[in-house]
Amino acid sequence: MKVMRAVNTKQCAPIIYALLQLIIFYAGLNAVKGVWPLPHALTSSVEQYPLNPQTFAFDYGKHSATQQGCSLLDAAFRRYFSLIFPDYTAENGQLEVAANNSFNLYSSTDHNDCENYPNDDSSERYNLSVSAGQASLNAATVWGILRGLETFSQLVYQDDLGSYFVNETFIEDFPRFQFRGVLLDTSRHYLPVHAILKTLDAMSYSKFNVFHWHIVDDPSFPYQSRSFPELSKKGAFHPATHVYTQSDVRRVISYARMRGIRVLPEFDSPGHTGSWGKGQSDLLTPCYKGGAPSEVTSVFPDSYIHLGGDEVDFSCWRSNPHVRAFMQKMGFGGDFPKLEAFYIENIVNITSANNKTSIVWQDVFDYHERRSALSVVEVWKHGCYLCKVRQVTKAGLRVILASPWYLDLPGPTHNWARYYTVWPLAFPGSEKQKRLVIGGEVCMWGEYVDATNLFPKLWPRASAAAERLWSDEKQTSSVEKAFPRLEDFRCKLLRRGIQAGPLNVGHCKHEYQGV
Amino acid sequence: MPVRGDGLRFCGLIIFYAGLNAVKGVWPLPHALTSSVEQYPLNPQTFAFDYGKHSATQQGCSLLDAAFRRYFSLIFPDYTAGRWTEEFLKSSKIYCSVGFPDNLSVSAGQASLNAATVWGILRGLETFSQLVYQDDLGSYFVNETFIEDFPRFQFRGVLLDTSRHYLPVHAILKTLDAMSYSKFNVFHWHIVDDPSFPYQSRSFPELSKKGAFHPATHVYTQSDVRRVISYARMRGIRVLPEFDSPGHTGSWGKGQSDLLTPCYKGGAPSGTFEVTSVFPDSYIHLGGDEVDFSCWRSNPHVRAFMQKMGFGGDFPKLEAFYIENIVNITSANNKTSIVWQDVFDYHERVGAHQDFTVLVEVWKHGCYLCKVRQVTKAGLRVILASPWYLDLPGPTHNWARYYTVWPLAFPGSEKQKRLVIGGEVCMWGEYVDATNLFPKLWPRASAAAERLWSDEKQTSSVEKAFPRLEDFRCKLLRRGIQAGPLNVGHCKHEYQGV
Repeated sequence: MKVMRAVNTKQCAPIIYALLQLIIFYAGLNAVKGVWPLPHALTSSVEQYPLNPQTFAFDYGKHSATQQGCSLLDAAFRRYFSLIFPDYTAENGQLEVAANNSFNLYSSTDHNDCENYPNDDSSERYNLSVSAGQASLNAATVWGILRGLETFSQLVYQDDLGSYFVNETFIEDFPRFQFRGVLLDTSRHYLPVHAILKTLDAMSYSKFNVFHWHIVDDPSFPYQSRSFPELSKKGAFHPATHVYTQSDVRRVISYARMRGIRVLPEFDSPGHTGSWGKGQSDLLTPCYKGGAPSEVTSVFPDSYIHLGGDEVDFSCWRSNPHVRAFMQKMGFGGDFPKLEAFYIENIVNITSANNKTSIVWQDVFDYHERRSALSVVEVWKHGCYLCKVRQVTKAGLRVILASPWYLDLPGPTHNWARYYTVWPLAFPGSEKQKRLVIGGEVCMWGEYVDATNLFPKLWPRASAAAERLWSDEKQTSSVEKAFPRLEDFRCKLLRRGIQAGPLNVGHCKHEYQGV
Repeated sequence: MPVRGDGLRFCGLIIFYAGLNAVKGVWPLPHALTSSVEQYPLNPQTFAFDYGKHSATQQGCSLLDAAFRRYFSLIFPDYTAGRWTEEFLKSSKIYCSVGFPDNLSVSAGQASLNAATVWGILRGLETFSQLVYQDDLGSYFVNETFIEDFPRFQFRGVLLDTSRHYLPVHAILKTLDAMSYSKFNVFHWHIVDDPSFPYQSRSFPELSKKGAFHPATHVYTQSDVRRVISYARMRGIRVLPEFDSPGHTGSWGKGQSDLLTPCYKGGAPSGTFEVTSVFPDSYIHLGGDEVDFSCWRSNPHVRAFMQKMGFGGDFPKLEAFYIENIVNITSANNKTSIVWQDVFDYHERVGAHQDFTVLVEVWKHGCYLCKVRQVTKAGLRVILASPWYLDLPGPTHNWARYYTVWPLAFPGSEKQKRLVIGGEVCMWGEYVDATNLFPKLWPRASAAAERLWSDEKQTSSVEKAFPRLEDFRCKLLRRGIQAGPLNVGHCKHEYQGV
């Protein structure tokens, strides 16, 4: 059983050996081609193992801390079975455990964190080894197992007759960045819950691990609050059909957790709160005030919360005599950034008191002189965004990078390379500084996006960002090498029912049938 | 009762707003519409389509019988057909009559829809379906309305490109549905091109066997083609096939090795016989665009042929010769040829203005009206595509760009302007397939649809059109068309197809 490196075969050899090498290289290429984002270390050989859906089984390793009964992994096994064998309809549910041709994938974790929510420091590392008749997937946590299952599902392929195969493979993998997010905006357009759930599915295929839910904003307030029911009653586009009930929210959080995805809620203020005022007349100063509902910290289990803080229009505050009087009292004079800083600090203190970490848009950092109250800053403005990243990390604060990944912006949808050729750490700074860049996210603002066009707009372009955030930069710096892999991955997405848009002229074996 | 702006101001306001509600609902805007606040309830259980007593068509006219069934579901989307009660007391009926001047009139308990042909009835049914609305409780209503309507241009098309990406048949059929909602009447099927040859030819089966992306899954069988043509006909839509040559024929060579000169030659003349029998429309599109002469130039046989014919080194002459041959073949089959403007441009250069009755499709950007003027001055008919390349990148909410098009805004005689027979929306397929076709095409194509159907003076304001188009987009969603959003906002019934 020879193990060949799939890349960098540099040997001078007689012609037959060279031909063999070519065959092996192509076969290996077939297997490498299949995994997106690219794992950190992958070797595979031409050794091919047939898989039979009737004799394939997931199981727990003997020494695994998690065992059957771990609902998160039990559910994942079921889910990935269907993803691996898409043609298989379990009509005859007879599981034939024939000795030959059976294949078992054993998953083992070091910790039993089955009932937990993924966190900002959860380990997603795994190693996967595929041999004859079995594979073993090892990880520190259940989150690593989820990532490994996704990788394994992408290693399985079918020949022209529809038979399933997987090649001998060894993988060690872990994410480069801890925070790999997708932002959805459900205020500019309401997104039905199933569209959000389907997005979470697609996210898990690219190993995204944070769903940044920009749930309310100026145009509408769809979040049905327990404490303030009037907010959605008056603020939603429609109080019955265009809202997220507590039950909806729980469903999203649970669906995400099962896929190792954190849900980061954003209740943006003090700007972007137009719809808040409809249901709570004293909430907004003519025009804006704000109130951070502490309900949010109990409904959303993640330890992070996004407070917004962007694009505050001061003309409104300026116009209000009460606000101006308050500023005199506090000694701010006419300095509105000081008022905004005061406001944000108050909100941040409330969230800290609830044991949450705050994320704010970079505007807050720009306005603040005293930045000690801040923890995480999301850099979104265009231009020299690395300059801002450098500035924020120099101040000792953590950064989430969004600027290069505004996928809602108009432009040809086949411009995926723009989101691939991003170098998040290409700024002068110390190692310590660079470690403060905890990751980035793709933003799909909703002004011109709803369930009719969300999927072709988001996928597979967001996957380009996913590889930038997960994989080793040196191994993924070539657009030419990435393109055929991404094309192949896009066809996989179609097969899995994700309405991912075409990258270029061509076809997929299984075209999108959802129309 | 027509809408009046005078009279009791308050009453007038009510009538105006009620009228506005009804007017708002129809896209494209009919040529003459008056309505009142008089509201008639409609009950799906007591609503029926029927033929007028003096109508030339009667029950048994399968096209209209099918249309009645189809429009019933479109008008009453919430109604799940429980039982057909034959209760005609207090019933509402719409009487359709063929063989009369075109108009639709809606009164208490009944409506009459008159048209010269069944095609006019189809357009009128579409309009009627857009007049019906629901209140917050879900009850259906239609207002007293009188409409006289007819299209400004005769040719109102949508081009789909099934070579750059294969489009499953159901995607084509759904596009035909959406087209009928905007009164488009020509489906320009750009069926084959360089990347793939999905058309399963009877005479030359190798063409798709070798030229399609996949010979079994990415082809259109004869049965598929018949299905598309029939589905289109039921909606009053012509199917205009395009077998583009001599350029854009890369995939032809895979299945027919002697067909193409290294690199391109032209299509086998006998191929067009089959096309003319499979596709019943009297028009056929021959393509003729973007011919790369470097290939012909490189081939010694081609050069020798040109010497023999006395063309010298003038490749436009060769192209003109080729096209003329093809046009003659199609004429012999009683078909009218449409060609892209490149052919006209080459002919101009060649100075050949003989008996060359083709239609010219103007597609190049820049001063396209200059080209329209030139072509019509030469006495040839024009189809305008230049302003309506909807496949081009850009924000998908740029619908106004396709609305503010003035196809006849060039200096020319009335006779000349009548040669502009219409236009079409082009959705080239380099970056488009079934995953993104619908949000890209709709409702932006509908902006072009109104430009091609409605009176220009009544539809020159983008501000007035916007709320109507927003409303129409929500209607499309309700009908299952995955039309993209125009701006921030919502529809009562969001797209559920995901």
